[in-house]
Formats: sequence, structure tokens, C-alpha cells
Amino acid sequence: MSEAPRDIENLIEMMAKLPGLGPRSARRAVLHLIRKRALLLTPLADAMHQVAISARECLNCGNVGVTDICEICASEKRGNGQICVVEDVADLWAMERGKAFAGRYHVLGGTLSALDNVGPEDLRIPRLLDRVATEGVNEVILALNATVDGQTTAHYIAEQLEGTEVAVTSLAQGVPIGGELDYLDDGTISAALKARKSF
Amino acid sequence: MLVAVRRHGETSAIIEVFTEGHGRHAGVVRGGTSRKIAPILQPGAQLDLTWRARLEDHIGAFTVEPRRSRAGLLAERVPLAGLNAICALISFALPEREPHPRLYEQTQTVLDLLGESAHWPYAYLQWELALLRALGFGLSLDVCAVTGAQSGLAYVSPKTGRAVSAAGAGEWADRLLPLPAFLAEGRPPEPGELSQGFALSGHFLDSRIARGLAGKPLPAARQRLLDLLGRQSGAAR
Repeated sequence: MSEAPRDIENLIEMMAKLPGLGPRSARRAVLHLIRKRALLLTPLADAMHQVAISARECLNCGNVGVTDICEICASEKRGNGQICVVEDVADLWAMERGKAFAGRYHVLGGTLSALDNVGPEDLRIPRLLDRVATEGVNEVILALNATVDGQTTAHYIAEQLEGTEVAVTSLAQGVPIGGELDYLDDGTISAALKARKSF
Repeated sequence: MLVAVRRHGETSAIIEVFTEGHGRHAGVVRGGTSRKIAPILQPGAQLDLTWRARLEDHIGAFTVEPRRSRAGLLAERVPLAGLNAICALISFALPEREPHPRLYEQTQTVLDLLGESAHWPYAYLQWELALLRALGFGLSLDVCAVTGAQSGLAYVSPKTGRAVSAAGAGEWADRLLPLPAFLAEGRPPEPGELSQGFALSGHFLDSRIARGLAGKPLPAARQRLLDLLGRQSGAAR
């Protein structure tokens, strides 16, 4: 098979590093972009260039945006005294998709992990404690993954907030909407049973 | 029993398990980050495993089926720290593919006690001593290394891990480690005594195991557990 020209090979190699793409699918995607040069390739290159220049992390919460302070942190309407702590920006976006939360966020950038040597100082936990002390926060909602590392981190944060006036809550765990008991693992069923409420 | 899981590429995971017949064993789980399999791969979970590799030396691949989850511990701060400490110490201390069936059994027992019995911290201390024993650094706490006496044991030699009586220690007493009374007497600890036991096991975990591993520090998960237990017993008093 003859190789594509060097520039195109470079693009294929770069695309193949993206999540969900391997060398073959990257090659197909690049070929598609070249065929639709005006419609896709040029606008995509422009958009990527623009984002490369403007994208940055919010200095306050760790969200990704185009300004030093993200739109959520800058919005007066979101300052309702609640901070939702999430592990990653993808989790923040998932929460925003649900449109169920009207407060502000704090992105930790990971979870504590004994095996990977991730300690509190490697996460944005000190910044969270600063925010709780200075932003008039009355509730911290721990929206961390229901994994051993996620919950270890949640317990650690709750411990750090002990002795403050702030209420510390966490997301409920149990049967998902549309879920059938028969398909749930025993851990989820046991968590759901422990968190049962009057009906 | 699953001890550790790490992402491998986009869709797979490398897991470390502690098995009865093969000790600590690693392997790849294909699709281990998928929505179906990732929830099964949580530290402490009991799994049915099949391992396949072309050669014995290869890391190989596991197929996994869940047997029992320990998700009930996620909501409990101190027992969860206990689970983390056990998994971290197994991953840290045990050599790969060296069977330790007795330690495996004791690990199951202590994991089952986490959060279920008020005495689990004592069971955890016994587990640390069993871990030392499995690795060939067991402590001998029932007879004085100097006089042969079986009573009046008050110290432990930091070098040999053998008990020494107060009479046998003589002028060397200040160079020896204190032997907590509950360990000498083989009874459950009184409140506040447990920390002395952890100081003793910690000394040998550090000097015998951690220093043998290029001076790596003991896993932070163990210290976190001790901090939480210390705070808990301080609040109870």
C-alpha cells in the first residue's frame, strides 16, 4: 500500500492519538475531511486553532472555559451557597446536561489513590477549602463516583469540612431510572436498601 | 479478591488480584473500562477468574465474573479506609505469583469483619502480623529471647522481632520496642492500646518490607487508617 504524503500522514498520526480512534479509523476520518475540505476540514482547523488559543482552566473551580473565571463562577445567579464537587470536567458537563443543579461547581481533577500515589495536595482540595471559607457556602454536595477511590475522596473532604458550619451532602446511590432489580449487582441493591426513604 | 485496577489503553484494565492458589497475580481485562465490567472491578470485590496466556511468563488476560461485591463499605469512612489499607499493603508487600493460602484466608476474614464487628481494628492488626509472618518476618511474642521466660514479657527486639522480658532486657531496655500488654497476654486490646500494636507492626513493615523494596515508604492508605482509628478512639474516650 502506498503511503500518503508526509503532511497527511502526520495528521493521521495525530488523529490516531484521540480517544476512540485507532490508526485505521483515523485514516478514514482524515480521508473524509480531505474530501469535504471546504465543509469540514477548514472550519475544523479554524475551530481547533481558536480553541487552542482561548481554552483555559477556570482559576476558581477548575472548569474548562475561555476566560480565567468560567461563566458559571462569574454568574451571580449561580451563587446560591451550594458547591457541587466533581472529579472531572466531564462530570461537570454531565451535571449541567441534567439542568437540575443551579449552584457552582468545584472540579477536583481526580481522586485520592493510594496505589497511584495521588494525595490531597495533588487535587484541588485546598482550593475547595478556601472557597468554602470565603464564598459564603452553606452546602457542599459531593458528586463523586461510587467507586472505592471516589468515596475515599468524598470521606476525606467531608472530614476536612468537619467543624465548619457547612452542610456536607452526597448524591444518592441506588436503583437507576429505568433500572430493573434483577439486573442490579448486590452492592447497588444493598446501597439502595440502606438509603431507602418513606413512600 | 481484587486488589488494584489501572486503566490500560482506552478500553482495557490491568488488575491485580489476590488469589488462594497463585497469590498476587496481575492480568489484563479486555473491556475492563466498559460500563458493564468497570463497576465489578472495585478493590475488595470477590471475582471468579480465568487466566489465559500464551506463555507462563506473560501477563495474560483474565475473564472475570462477579461473585461478591464489598460496595456496602463505600458509605463507611473507617471500614473503607481499612479496605484501602489492606489492598494497598497486599499490592505493596506481596511478591507476584507466590501463593499464601493462609494469609488469603485471614484476609477474607478481616474483610468480612470490616464494619460488621467492633473488633475489626484488632483483627486488622492481627492481619498485619500475619502479613509479616507470611513474608518470613513473623514476630515471636510468647517467650523471652534472653531468659526463656513466658511471663513478664515487656519488649520486642527491633532486629529479631522476638519478645524480651523486663528482667531479660536489663540495660538494653531503652533500645527495645515496647510490647503492648494485650499482645503479650493474647487478649483483645483495651481502648487506646491498639495504637501501640500498630506502632510495633509498623516498625517491622517498614524495616523488613519497605526498606527491602528500594526504600519505598509504606502506603499512605495505612497511615490514613491509623489516623482515623486514632481520632475515633480519642473521640470515644
